[in-house]
Amino acid sequence: MSATLDSLINRPYTAGFVTPVESDSAPKGLSEDTIRLISAKKNEPEWLLEFRLKAHKHWLTLQEPQWASVHHPKIDFQDMVYYSAPKTKKKLASMDEVDPELLRTFEKLGVPMHERKTLANVAVDVIFDSVSVATTYKKKLAEVGVIFCSFSEAVQEHPELVKKYLGSVVPQGDNYYAALNSAVFTDGSFCYIPKNTRCPMELSTYFRINNQESGQFERTLIIAEEGSHVSYLEGCTAPRFDTNQLHAAVVELVALDNAEIKYSTVQNWYAGDENGVGGIYNFVTKRGMCRGVNSKISWTQVETGSAITWKYPSCVLLGDNSIGEFYSVALTNHRQQADTGTKMIHIGKNTKSRIVSKGISAGESSNSYRGLVRMTPTAHGARNHSQCDSLLIGSRCEANTFPYIEVRNPSARVEHEATTSKIGEDQMFYFSSRGIGSEEAVSMIINGFCKDVFMQLPMEFAVEATQLLGLKLEGSVG
Amino acid sequence: MGKILLEVRNLHATVAGVEILKGFDLTVRAGEVHAIMGPNGSGKSTFSKLLAGHPAYTVTGGEVLYQGENLLALSAEERSRAGVFLAFQYPVEIPGVSNASFLRLAYNTVQKQRGGEELDPLEFDDLVREKLKLVEMEASFLERSVNEGFSGGEKKRNEILQMALLEPTLAVLDETDSGLDIDALRIVAGGVNKLLNPGNAVILVTHYQRLLNYITPQFVHVMEDGRIVKTGGKELALELEERGYDWVREEQAARQLA
Ligand SMILES: Nc1ncnc2c1ncn2[C@@H]1O[C@H](COP(=O)(O)OP(=O)(O)OP(=O)(O)O)[C@@H](O)[C@H]1O
Ligand SMILES: [Mg+2]
Repeated sequence: MSATLDSLINRPYTAGFVTPVESDSAPKGLSEDTIRLISAKKNEPEWLLEFRLKAHKHWLTLQEPQWASVHHPKIDFQDMVYYSAPKTKKKLASMDEVDPELLRTFEKLGVPMHERKTLANVAVDVIFDSVSVATTYKKKLAEVGVIFCSFSEAVQEHPELVKKYLGSVVPQGDNYYAALNSAVFTDGSFCYIPKNTRCPMELSTYFRINNQESGQFERTLIIAEEGSHVSYLEGCTAPRFDTNQLHAAVVELVALDNAEIKYSTVQNWYAGDENGVGGIYNFVTKRGMCRGVNSKISWTQVETGSAITWKYPSCVLLGDNSIGEFYSVALTNHRQQADTGTKMIHIGKNTKSRIVSKGISAGESSNSYRGLVRMTPTAHGARNHSQCDSLLIGSRCEANTFPYIEVRNPSARVEHEATTSKIGEDQMFYFSSRGIGSEEAVSMIINGFCKDVFMQLPMEFAVEATQLLGLKLEGSVG
Repeated sequence: MGKILLEVRNLHATVAGVEILKGFDLTVRAGEVHAIMGPNGSGKSTFSKLLAGHPAYTVTGGEVLYQGENLLALSAEERSRAGVFLAFQYPVEIPGVSNASFLRLAYNTVQKQRGGEELDPLEFDDLVREKLKLVEMEASFLERSVNEGFSGGEKKRNEILQMALLEPTLAVLDETDSGLDIDALRIVAGGVNKLLNPGNAVILVTHYQRLLNYITPQFVHVMEDGRIVKTGGKELALELEERGYDWVREEQAARQLA
């Protein structure tokens, strides 16, 4: 790879600063006592403590998964902090009471925490290390019956909803990291959209890891009642440390009859440096259940950060005629590793799913798509279409596609297409020989390649995503 | 005589440590058409790409002046904006980037440099449809990805379409005639002729004299082992077609002995 190609991928990570706030942290290590401590700090009901303890018991019997195409040193789960919260007054009456240091942090990251100054029509829940520090527009949302708050608050204010749906999509023992999360999760976002309601604004959560030694384990739960509609966005960043931090979140979505949930992520956790030192291990379980007839769940993700990404946002298509979608752009550079994809489980009649995955690899990174399409015996007339494209920038990176297709109903149809293309010196020269500079060329190539996914993102995010990818690739093409 | 556009003096260049150009000389004036012929591997494409600024080639000696300035000091982008154009022997495919947006970006970049007007997609569409007629291409090629899945001949037409849009001062057409059917050859050559004017110049790299039936060169050069070994008028092309390259080699060997 020539120098110009290289210089294009290597722009510094601008979200890599640390905020100097005092925090209230649990001692390192994981045991039943840690879990009791977390639960007590959060003043949780007995049933939730039981949920956690059961998950922990189960986790102890599990092994770390080995099947993903990722490599990392063994994680020492006892050398990690499971609870870390910025010290604040007990209860915040308004946004003005938020620690100014935190406000500045999010301002620097471009996250709107002042309702006056926000992006038009986006409500934000902000999670700093393990706890939610603020949620905007709560009142306005409450007027139409939409509940949007931190998970901890939901446990206090709406325990019946949390109890009914928590673990209903991702059970405690689902997999190694989901079990860990179920035992120690500290906060996250909660959304409830009542019957026949179109959520009047975009809901958004911004996750920030600040503490060097804490893992981040959030839990997000979104419930869309019959005939409702919601669009939810998630953004994430972390400071630049030379150690790895673990992020093991669980997201559960429930869509009832005729409901629709659109879930978008722009993930920009710190990815480590060009030699692969530091960065977030992003081991996340995201799953949506299309419970009702004609329901629809759509995942859109732009994954650019993290040292390792292990993530398969999935849809269980239970209701007849329900629809699952997965649109993904995963970019890896330097020594980043991504193993990401989706699972579409067709159970109901005439269920449909669509998968569009775009993997971009540069530097010496490795980028794998792993996707499962399962047509169960009851999925009469079900359809799936998958499109998996890989783009290689330079010649030292790697891209893999692992499609798993299981069809147990003869009337179901599955289509899978895959392409691999390469951007090398000759493509870049073609642009420059027509007067086009390498930055513009890269952004044009990326935009073209990712068009089908970017189209799915809410407007502001689409612009952000394009810029983010451009920055990430700066220096890699030439 | 037109003013001198390009002066190449005793150019030496290597790729991957191997010397390919070994004392290449060429002078091109405004209003001229030059043909460069020569056996496979003699260095024609190397010279063409080097002129356009391909980063793989290292100049180890000699100089290249373009309109009196040191061309080698400019990046590939700068050369293009200054009016140097290369129609590639093997145009690459660029998946995912629509031909229309690529052409528009190239056009606007060059326009900006030259103080011309930049066009929005709609205005550009009008312009490009006009230019498409020149090479008799369907508008559907605009919607497709750059060169992706284009036939060999379609790729070559797309190169000339770009030439028509960028209106270069010095164009090098590297085997644009290869892979064209008889009708396409006539169409593409007609397009190039229409683009010729007293202020610009074209260097045609070709293996076949039939292209020269359509575009008449003032000079025909024979390239052999990294340099120009013989220069003549357009009749030289006919002679080469008839007799091959051996006699040129013999003639040159005799000259070197003398
Ligand atoms: N990247 C490279 N590495 C090594 N050798 C190269 C490289 N590029 C070109 N060459 C060599 O340089 C020589 C000249 O190649 P060039 O493409 O310029 O020839 P040409 O005259 O255009 O031939 P043709 O008529 O077949 O198009 C060839 O021997 C070729 O193999
Ligand atoms: Mg050649």
